[in-house]
Amino acid sequence: MSTFKLPSLAFEYGALEPYIDATTMEIHLTKHHNTYVTNVNNVLGGPNGAAIKGLSLEAIQRSVSSLDPAIQTAVRNSGGGHYNHTMFWTTLAGVGSANSAPFGDLKTAIESDFGSVDEMQKLFNTTAATRFGSGWAWLCVGDDGKLFITSTPNQDNPLMTGIADKPGTPILGLDVWEHAYYLKYNAARPAYIAAFWNVVNWDKVVENYSTAKSGGTAVMDVPMQ
Amino acid sequence: MRKEVGGEGEWDPDWERSKEVESGTEKMMEKLVGLAGRVRQLKPMIERTVVSQEFSAAAAAGVGTARSYSLPDLPYDYAALEPVISAKIMEVHHSKHHNAYVTNLNKALDALDKAKDVNEVIALGPALKFHGGGHLNHSIFWTNLCPPDTSQPPSPDSALGKLIAERFGSMDAFVTQFNAKSAAIQGSGWGWLGYDKARKSVEFVALSNQDPLEASTGLTPLLGVDCWEHAYHMQYFSDRPGYLKSIWRCINWQNVEHRLQAAMA
Repeated sequence: MSTFKLPSLAFEYGALEPYIDATTMEIHLTKHHNTYVTNVNNVLGGPNGAAIKGLSLEAIQRSVSSLDPAIQTAVRNSGGGHYNHTMFWTTLAGVGSANSAPFGDLKTAIESDFGSVDEMQKLFNTTAATRFGSGWAWLCVGDDGKLFITSTPNQDNPLMTGIADKPGTPILGLDVWEHAYYLKYNAARPAYIAAFWNVVNWDKVVENYSTAKSGGTAVMDVPMQ
Repeated sequence: MRKEVGGEGEWDPDWERSKEVESGTEKMMEKLVGLAGRVRQLKPMIERTVVSQEFSAAAAAGVGTARSYSLPDLPYDYAALEPVISAKIMEVHHSKHHNAYVTNLNKALDALDKAKDVNEVIALGPALKFHGGGHLNHSIFWTNLCPPDTSQPPSPDSALGKLIAERFGSMDAFVTQFNAKSAAIQGSGWGWLGYDKARKSVEFVALSNQDPLEASTGLTPLLGVDCWEHAYHMQYFSDRPGYLKSIWRCINWQNVEHRLQAAMA
């Protein structure tokens, strides 16, 4: 049986310094994300795994609200965690290694839907800062093709129809669980959020936007073993 | 001290025995003197913890003008819970996280005063619950803790010991269950031992975020363990189970028992 495998980063742990520290990157991938992979594989290998066997990771997100209660919470948390982190790593890049601002159709859409890139970032920052407890902030494409910003608790994401307040296709997400920033920023989540913009891989986000507009989801490798 | 029996230097087993007892007694006296000294050292801390902090925490959470809640002092230094909880964690947890809840609670109460209509009042609900809960929960938590290995778990025939045994089977079973359920909290939350006044029993409850125990369930909080990552991440990283296992060395059982007594009164 094919099971999920922890992906590799496209960069060294230290590549996002000084904005996101190397130790955080290492622990975040090899401990936190790894636990989600282990746990979603446990569901796959367990007695109720048939419901998600053979589904793509993205399809699993959409299926969560209709899953058997016996596995729903586990898939929501660990299947969600695996998706969210896999996508997250692809949207980060060291300074200078990718476009450092939105461009092309995405830039046009941001200006159209938020007024300016600056205003989009302000709204994203507030949304990320006011997500109480653990969760994620997202820039998404809605069913109407427009961009919107939302946040979800714990390891939920906007692909989880029937669960997410505002469902849609995320093209960029930010982890605001404390483990994502605590070692360097302690309680100062807003400082982490501000720093995040320095390491966004806009090449990837532009690609995600294009795919979302044609009905797909964020482009990412989901390694199996 | 030699004692001759019969005046002829015969060996007297009673004398040998009494010599052992005497030297043993001397050793015991030394230990007692040492212990007495230690108790004298700890006494102010215990008094502060049990007598003044347990209900000053409640006071801090419930008294004062509506918008002037304030950060309570810890009953011990930031480093006092080492090596179980690091000084750095205690400092950031108290002076940044708890402090922010107090500040934001006061801000929300100001906003409540200025609310122009019912919609604005209702909209403040989540913020009042988050930050009020955060202030309340942390105020209780600080009093539930003490330096490692300075507090004995309740004896089986104490009120608390009996309630725990009735509900969970034994202290060990209680700790195992508390830890398993607290480890399983998704995202941020707290594990609680609460007292049910109606049923005269104790319960374990896990709650999300800063949801306060009493307002959410009606149970009186006896013992809470903060399972937000900020409570342990700098030291234990992703190992919440390891944090939970260690924290029992720092539980201030006198405080938990006092809270129970107050709830049962």
